[in-house]
Amino acid sequence: MIDWIKQPWPWYVAGPLIGLTVPALLLIGNKRFGISSSLRHICAACFPANIHYFKYDWKKEIWNLFFVGGIFLGGLIAAQLLANPQPIQVNSALVSELKGYGISDYSKLIPTEIFNWESLLHIKGWLLMVFGGFLVGFGTRYAGGCTSGHSITGLSNLQWPSLVATICFMAGGFIMANLILPIILR
Amino acid sequence: MSTNIPENDFELRSLDATCLNESELVHPYWYNLKYLIVGILFGIVFVKAEIISWFRIQEMFRLQSFHMYGVIGSAVVVGAISVFLIKKFKIKTIYGEPIHFEVKTFNIGQVYGGLLFGLGWAITGACPGPLFAQIGTGITVTIVTLLSAIAGTWVYGLVRNKIPH
Repeated sequence: MIDWIKQPWPWYVAGPLIGLTVPALLLIGNKRFGISSSLRHICAACFPANIHYFKYDWKKEIWNLFFVGGIFLGGLIAAQLLANPQPIQVNSALVSELKGYGISDYSKLIPTEIFNWESLLHIKGWLLMVFGGFLVGFGTRYAGGCTSGHSITGLSNLQWPSLVATICFMAGGFIMANLILPIILR
Repeated sequence: MSTNIPENDFELRSLDATCLNESELVHPYWYNLKYLIVGILFGIVFVKAEIISWFRIQEMFRLQSFHMYGVIGSAVVVGAISVFLIKKFKIKTIYGEPIHFEVKTFNIGQVYGGLLFGLGWAITGACPGPLFAQIGTGITVTIVTLLSAIAGTWVYGLVRNKIPH
């Protein structure tokens, strides 16, 4: 049993479990599954700076911060107790492409050759982490949600603006991964 | 509505209604622990299905694997069936409150913001949820990405009246 749990879980196990988060949060307290809002609540709690967008009672939304705190702890538990000892298995075409950028360590969930503290001393590390993170935070609030709020909650409730947002998420991702990221990594 | 956001600020409500707590009930803080528990289970799934992996995101955006499409697709199917059943049988919360659903209104921010987020998603290999989970697994440098995402959110709040919606 524990060996089975330690293996990577297939999509048909993980996807339905993630889908069940939508009714779970609704049933236990009328909460809508959405994660990027937590970033706004953190701004409202820590540095509202008299900006209208951050002037609201963030304490009423504190459930969302408990939820993302749980995601952090879930990551901790999974890594400490349920970790897969094998390197991550990816498509061989990706392996050969990444090899060209000097990425060959598959022991972690992210490539440690490019995502590490030293790489922040170089422009590449800044683009990957600082600029990339900024786009995630700015873009999700501009779009009014992220993969959870739009692509899962919004689509589950058949909201067409969420479909538009999801298509744009994917379009942006395809452009970056195929056209721009190869230039950054080279 | 249990928020301080003025009802006449249409964009504040429509843009961000996903995060607003509609419940009128007041509970002690430890009631929030149930969201912590859901978060923990969710975080474990994130790690075990490798959804928080930069490599899996690269595969997805290169059409080299079905995995992420299967995850998101089956999550939407299960979510949609759940929402349908809740609406059809008018299921209430465990506290007996009726469940609210929100109607999302379209604004052009969903296009511009969506594209910007997509670009960031493919660079960092993480949407906001996986950032928290990655830090939990011990990838400490993701703290930089998360702080940067918080900064991005803050700058959005600063300029949102000057950009098209």
